[in-house]
Amino acid sequence: MTTTGLTGPADRGGASPEIPAPPRRREDYLNVQTSVRSWLLTVDHKRIAVLYLVLISVFFVLGGLYAMLIRLELATPAADLVEPETYNKFFTLHGVIMIFFFLVPSIPATLGNFLIPLMIGARDLAFPRINLLSWYLLLIGGVIALAALIGGGVDTGWTFYTPYSTVFSRQQVVLTIVGAFIAGFSSILTGLNFIVTVHSMRAPGMTWFRLPLFVWSLYATSIVQLLATPVLAIALALVAIERFFNLGIFNPDIGGDPVLFQHLFWFYSHPAVYIMILPGFGVISELVAAFCRKRIFGYSAVAMASLAIALVGFLVWGHHMFTSSQSAYAGLVFSFLSFLIAVPSAIKVFNWTATTWRASVSFRAPMLYAWGFMGLFTLGGLTGLFLSTLGIDIHVHDTYFIVAHFHYIMVGGAVMAYLGGLHYWWPKITGRMYTEWIARFCAFVIFIGFNLTFFPQFLLGYLGMPRRYASYPPEFQVLHVMSSAGASILGVGLFIPVVYLLWSLRYGERAGPNPWRAVGLEWMTPSPPPTENFSQTPVVTWEAYEYSSLTPEVKLGRPDAHDTHAPA
Amino acid sequence: MTPTPPPDPRPSPTPVATDEAAAAHALGVHRLAHHFDDLAQQHRAAELGMWAFLATEVLFFGGAIAAYSVYRMTYFDAFAAASNQENWLIGAFNTAALLTSSLTMALAVRAAQLGNSPRVSLFLAATIALALTFIGVKFYEYAHLIDHGLAPWGDFHFEPPELAGGARIFFSFYFALTGIHATHMVVGVGLMLWLLSISLRRGFDDAFASPVEMTGLYWHFVDIVWIFLYPLLYLVHRS
Repeated sequence: MTTTGLTGPADRGGASPEIPAPPRRREDYLNVQTSVRSWLLTVDHKRIAVLYLVLISVFFVLGGLYAMLIRLELATPAADLVEPETYNKFFTLHGVIMIFFFLVPSIPATLGNFLIPLMIGARDLAFPRINLLSWYLLLIGGVIALAALIGGGVDTGWTFYTPYSTVFSRQQVVLTIVGAFIAGFSSILTGLNFIVTVHSMRAPGMTWFRLPLFVWSLYATSIVQLLATPVLAIALALVAIERFFNLGIFNPDIGGDPVLFQHLFWFYSHPAVYIMILPGFGVISELVAAFCRKRIFGYSAVAMASLAIALVGFLVWGHHMFTSSQSAYAGLVFSFLSFLIAVPSAIKVFNWTATTWRASVSFRAPMLYAWGFMGLFTLGGLTGLFLSTLGIDIHVHDTYFIVAHFHYIMVGGAVMAYLGGLHYWWPKITGRMYTEWIARFCAFVIFIGFNLTFFPQFLLGYLGMPRRYASYPPEFQVLHVMSSAGASILGVGLFIPVVYLLWSLRYGERAGPNPWRAVGLEWMTPSPPPTENFSQTPVVTWEAYEYSSLTPEVKLGRPDAHDTHAPA
Repeated sequence: MTPTPPPDPRPSPTPVATDEAAAAHALGVHRLAHHFDDLAQQHRAAELGMWAFLATEVLFFGGAIAAYSVYRMTYFDAFAAASNQENWLIGAFNTAALLTSSLTMALAVRAAQLGNSPRVSLFLAATIALALTFIGVKFYEYAHLIDHGLAPWGDFHFEPPELAGGARIFFSFYFALTGIHATHMVVGVGLMLWLLSISLRRGFDDAFASPVEMTGLYWHFVDIVWIFLYPLLYLVHRS
């Protein structure tokens, strides 16, 4: 037991573990124990990933409901559905829930938790109990934030800008901050676990440059989580202390500096954007490789681009203060650095595009999300360059242009990647296939609904519609109605997957270990995997994405091709 | 790849101790979590995890110290005058107590690596005593400042009045930074009490020194934070 599969040369010898045909009632991580207690006290990374999936889905629905209320209010120019104060609570809670409780944990805590040990050939993450603890921290943080919601809500915006949040707001600011603070610890512990796991748990032969790009991007994400989140923690702690003890750290009346809070806040919250999008890059790399049957073009450039984004991402926060008393010189430097960070992002998009060149691309549902991602993220990224241009930013700052920009990154990028990844690894997680045609249909609905929602917002912002208002001049109504209509389509598109994915749990076709005929260690173990992941520790003797060594039938993804699990 | 373990300083087990050795082996197996290959890998993971956590802590305190530095520049004279209200001798005493506690902690770690449990208990108790001394002195300082109207949340009085605004911000940071630091110390004392109970009940051996080492790393970090806070909060008027 102490030296499982790693002692003798006999154990190390095989190029790949042998895959037995799954018997009818094979024991896997899902059916090994079924009591509620066994789920709530589990330390299995796969079960914790499922717990996260359930929890963040609840938050996603809640955040989505607030988005729907916002769009409903904005269907008419007057503030007629709710009072403007209530509208302020809507967009605040939409932001707080979506960012701290859905987007930040989304891909890392679900797919990352499930896949990192499988992808590197480990039996679990380095600290399984800390992994469970971080789930409970997210749960507790979420419950506290919900308590704030029931206790009257909060209206500061998700940014908690001072002195409004410390002096003037009469809402549940402290409670919301405590919720976000605790969720931040969840995020830190997840990142810490991933970093240590990737460093110390890789299977024999799994060198750094054989790691799947998903692991690279989550490693880069974890560095940002580890080093940026504590600065948010101290900034929010200072706001809470100031509010509680009536101090003057950020209150200009007593000599405090409110812009200092903005600097501390964005020192986390801009890198947090990369916490949300970098895992998406990792998912897209996996999808593009698997459905183009090719090694990712420029593997090491893509891997290094993740680290470059993590690094430069720490140096661009000042572009949120272009219009708030920052010196022109500082603005110039932050503008330059914000342009600079577009380079590694562009490296990734160009390399994915180059991978599709002369590839036999199959248009399965996950790949449709990947195509969607590449288009929408590019649009979001390019409009980011508009915003990092000082002169244009003065014009469109705090308008719907920026709302559209970050939704193209966060929804068009991160959520599309999350959905693509969820569809791609769903057979691995559950052992079942969903209905392909309906999944493809949904990907189209989401793409169309998304663009109809957010493209008009670029126009609105450019025409001068400021963000965070419940009412607006009537000439903006056409574009707002288009946006609200798009949001309804998007809502439907996001709801249908819930139905067919749950349906597949019971009625879906059994997936088998490798339904996509993809390479990668996670596909070499049964679906769903057994608790110990691999019957014996795999020994890696091949590079990542070695599709070139597969037989032509497998390379072309023909369904009748015989099942090959590992490259020769 | 695997670092060679240090030579075992204990006498090799006699035949009489065979049962004991088997029990220790079983214990070692128990201590190895199922997902690690060996204790060395497990120890490496714990060590890296602790350093990564300390990196997080550096950024946590770093944010507050950066904010302090901004105001130190904005309210230069007020910060100098306000820090004059602190008794630097008491601060120096506390610094000495904390530095000594780092020494006793290091000795406890060494004793744990050598499997010398009585000495682990002794040095842990010494570290806890020094930590409690520090916290006690801190409370005395707090009471003193509050008595003199220097609590930024209450009725704040400061002479000269034109420096009161900046001084109030100084004391906001004084209480926030030392309060967060003291909270970290309380956590550290809790960890050491837990280790002490293990040490007294069943002892540490060289294969199970990890928790003591990790707590040691944490404790040295808490110490280093104070090394930054002491000059920032007590000595700035001398610059």
